[in-house]
Amino acid sequence: MQDKVKSPMSSEFSVIGTRPVRPDGVDKVTGRARFGADLNMSGQLVGAVLRSPHVHARIVKIDTSAARALDGVKAVVTQKDFVSQSNATTNFGEGTLNLMHTVTNVLAGDKVLYHGHAVAAVAATSSAVAKQALKLIKVEYEVLPHVIDVDEAMAPGAPLLFPDMITEGVKPAPTTPSNIAKRIDIVLGDVEKGFNEADVIIERSFKTAPVHQGYIEPHACIATVSEDGQAELFVSTQGHWIVRMLCAKLLGWDINKIKVTAAEIGGGFGGKTVVYLEPLALLLSQKSRRPVKMVMSREDVIRATGPTSGSSMTIKMGATKDGRIVAGEALLKFQAGALPGSPVGPGCMCAFAPYDLANVKVIGYDVVSNRPKVAAYRAPGAPISEYAVESVVDELANKLGIDPIEFRLKNVAKQGTKAAYGPKFGPVGMAEALEAAKASAHWRTPLGKNQGRGIAAGFWFNIGGETTVSLVLNEDGTLGLTAGTPDIGGLRASLCMMASEELKVPLEKIRVQIGDTNQLGYNFLTGGSRSTFSSGMATVEAARDIKKEAVKRAAKLWELPEEAVEWDAASGAVRPAGPNAGKHKPMTLVDIAKIAGKTGGPIVGYSRLNAHGAAPSFACHIADVEIDPETGKASIVRYTAIQDAGRAIHPSYVEGQYQGGVAQGIGWALNEEYIYGTDGKLQNAGFLDYRIPVASDLPMLDTIIIEVPNPVHPYGVRGVGETCIVPPLAAISNAVSMATGVRFAELPMSPPRILAALDKARAEKTAKM
Amino acid sequence: MRYEAPETIEKACQLLAAEAGHARVLAGGTDLLVQIKTDVLDPSVVIDIKKIAATRTITSDAAGFKIGAAVTGAELKEHDALKAAWPGLVEAANLIGSTQVQGRATLGGNLCNGSPAADSVPALIAAGAKAQIVGPEGRRELAVEDVMIGVRKLALTKGEIIVSFTVPARPKHGGDAYLRFIPRTEMDIAVVGCGVALELDASGTCTAARLSLGAVAERPLLVAEAGRALVGTKVDAAAIEAAAAAASAACRPIDDKRGTKVFRIQVAGVLARRTIQLALDRANGKTGATH
Ligand SMILES: Cc1cc2nc3c(=O)[nH]c(=O)nc-3n(C[C@H](O)[C@H](O)[C@H](O)COP(=O)(O)OP(=O)(O)OC[C@H]3O[C@@H](n4cnc5c(N)ncnc54)[C@H](O)[C@@H]3O)c2cc1C
Repeated sequence: MQDKVKSPMSSEFSVIGTRPVRPDGVDKVTGRARFGADLNMSGQLVGAVLRSPHVHARIVKIDTSAARALDGVKAVVTQKDFVSQSNATTNFGEGTLNLMHTVTNVLAGDKVLYHGHAVAAVAATSSAVAKQALKLIKVEYEVLPHVIDVDEAMAPGAPLLFPDMITEGVKPAPTTPSNIAKRIDIVLGDVEKGFNEADVIIERSFKTAPVHQGYIEPHACIATVSEDGQAELFVSTQGHWIVRMLCAKLLGWDINKIKVTAAEIGGGFGGKTVVYLEPLALLLSQKSRRPVKMVMSREDVIRATGPTSGSSMTIKMGATKDGRIVAGEALLKFQAGALPGSPVGPGCMCAFAPYDLANVKVIGYDVVSNRPKVAAYRAPGAPISEYAVESVVDELANKLGIDPIEFRLKNVAKQGTKAAYGPKFGPVGMAEALEAAKASAHWRTPLGKNQGRGIAAGFWFNIGGETTVSLVLNEDGTLGLTAGTPDIGGLRASLCMMASEELKVPLEKIRVQIGDTNQLGYNFLTGGSRSTFSSGMATVEAARDIKKEAVKRAAKLWELPEEAVEWDAASGAVRPAGPNAGKHKPMTLVDIAKIAGKTGGPIVGYSRLNAHGAAPSFACHIADVEIDPETGKASIVRYTAIQDAGRAIHPSYVEGQYQGGVAQGIGWALNEEYIYGTDGKLQNAGFLDYRIPVASDLPMLDTIIIEVPNPVHPYGVRGVGETCIVPPLAAISNAVSMATGVRFAELPMSPPRILAALDKARAEKTAKM
Repeated sequence: MRYEAPETIEKACQLLAAEAGHARVLAGGTDLLVQIKTDVLDPSVVIDIKKIAATRTITSDAAGFKIGAAVTGAELKEHDALKAAWPGLVEAANLIGSTQVQGRATLGGNLCNGSPAADSVPALIAAGAKAQIVGPEGRRELAVEDVMIGVRKLALTKGEIIVSFTVPARPKHGGDAYLRFIPRTEMDIAVVGCGVALELDASGTCTAARLSLGAVAERPLLVAEAGRALVGTKVDAAAIEAAAAAASAACRPIDDKRGTKVFRIQVAGVLARRTIQLALDRANGKTGATH
């Protein structure tokens, strides 16, 4: 930790930058906190999902009659029970949405597209009855050939998932269907010209495995729908307004009929931004007139939710002898899973973002295959493309004999740099992060035997978006703060701190909650590292609203014009603006609360905004690995994550984000992968063989917070939750490459893969002797 | 599903033998309950053997130790004499799962679950352990290497239960060790496991050696060839290399989600070398238990 607890990182502030205990902490450590599966209602039923045993098959017929007839079964649903949707793409938040795809992933239509694809759902009086009912649903399938690998899915003659899929983004439009949903092109300058100026050119192909978000809490919800159609849904989600909108659209209900409450969430990482069980639970409840609770098993989570894309990529970069990168070209093929929508778009945009380049060309493909549909995962797409680019950057630096930090500094993106994807950067902290890496004790520490050190840069945009916050001044001067972005990483603590800083009210006098969809205006979800930025901005606005109101009320009481009364930031009280205004005792919010009734009624601060001006966060990570040359096992022995936070409101939670991103990145780099048999079935749908790192796999993950404030945010906040998962893949790959003397270009670098590469290198060496 | 918890081994055997449906013995349940919950097994009766005293105690005499089949890994670790005598065996049992799992997992369950990757089994085989079995036909004893005959296949007949295991007293210059390879540091199933027990005479010459491998075949293997490569030598580098080669040669693994064939064969040799070295150091009194 950089700083002592409770000593502000910046002296301008008294609360921001300190490390108070989080308001949701006690409930979490005592088990009182209610996660998705913790709410029960009297008379509730158990909902269960029937899943496809096939990888790709036509559904000829579904006969649910025997299941319906079973004693204790109260409802059965198939896709026919949902509103039919057109195959059209509509705008949604920062992205797009195709409701036909959404409903098809909730329950299959005419085809099942992957092993574990949901086909039907039941609600029954017990899980035993529900299980029995699933067995009684007769589905007649016509099995079709399948394709799993992205390159194979793109090859001519591959089994097609959709006979009418014509690649978007290609002009003229192709005349034949394929598994390529979309092509993306980004061009800046002229790469041909750039490569002509290059003294060194490196071109290399890479592959990465799809990885799951790995949240510990499986998807869970409970729904209840009354006879007059009033629905309530309690669910573990990153965005309850999104859940409400999607459910309303899929069910054809008015939005006002559905009230969604966000449970405490046991991890999401992007994977809880879509719906799986929620529309089913609502529909089953509507049909049965009973509350319906649904909880996924770990196996279902891995088989049928998330993950992020696997990929196949080729990167070509050229540089001059003096270390200037003159061109960067990337071909990115991303697996979307069974339905379009891989994060290849952001993957393309982020690929070269840490650098100030004149010539860039990126082509991306969004490719469907018979795997679960991907969902967002922390900086969607960026870790994948930046891994490949950062590996080539490392190789270029080696080839040129330039220190990898110096090489990056020579080409670094800074204020004024025009990114290949369009915008000009404002103040950003990439150079600062590289300088901090260079100055760190870690960078200067000598390595041991069989060890290697890698660094990598990382970038993520961060987003803002629609946000509403309310702040109520209670009768005794305490405050109630309600935000609408689910708290995944310490948001409530950070919001409280911003309100406290703004109003000079002690933290413990502010009670903070995440409101349900009936309590606030629309809120976009917690994602894109937006919640501390956007809800923070709205909290500060709401607090300023309170201050304004306090001034008004005091003015009324003192019978002064409003201009003659001011808020004194130092004491947190309203006072006469100058000697001419007369001698009135300054009033704190406690005093103001007492006179609220007679000066106009309740005082509520409110802010609803579309938060613009989200600023990117850049990072540089240093990884030391040690290789066991006899078994190929790589161990992370030291790690430092350096990242620009803009401003760390609560440094512990910023550090926690950095460490969490790194831990997930380590898993991605070393062991996590979806393993398929030739039958197209997933073989490792559980935490035993889907190997996320366990605590003992990790050393202490060191962090260095850089603060280059975001000028648009009242306190300088940038998002921090995603950039931190971007650099680990390349940092570790570069370290493994250094330790072994073999360049690695495929993830995960599992022991069999490293050992095989070492053996090959050893054999080549012997052959040369 | 019925649950029975008899207090005598005879009653347990009777219940097991008499069940027309599918009967299962329950020890710690760390395999069985998981398999029931994930629909792999659906027994009609579960017979808990933990109320039977003989399955729950560790006794010792001059000949050695008798370990109840339902003694947990955590209890093995708390038994100082056993830990001093057979550190490799106790460590192997304590590699199973996590602290929570070790409070439940038993040697009998680990063996009878019938996984070729079971961690304590190669250590038991190396130690020369024998299983005491009770069934409707009476009592018998089998060497541990003869209990498992294939994946999820045991040499036990209907109604038979393992009550206990015996391991000999620690030889004067004896040492044992168990090492496994996993991609992570814990909470994983062995990709290769290796147990070694060896005995030296006063001059340091190896007089007996047993090496057993897990996860490289359809059942844990006793690699006699590896033992022979060590006996009569000073367990020098050449002898260890020969034993390691014998270990690799004995492997007949499959490619699966946990590792490739080639990888397992190669790592079996590496682990054999490392495990022999650790057992040798213990035989020479250079090192005791590692945790
Ligand atoms: C999280 C987790 C991690 C694990 N990690 C490991 C690991 O690292 N290494 C490893 O080897 N295993 C591991 N396991 C598997 C398991 O814990 C072990 O195999 C354990 O030793 C089983 O013992 P138990 O007493 O729980 O067996 P139970 O589940 O009670 O029984 C297992 C099987 O053996 C039968 N059985 C039990 N006792 C007898 C007996 N005396 N006679 C006849 N039949 C009997 C049962 O009928 C059942 O079929 C892990 C399990 C979990 C849940």
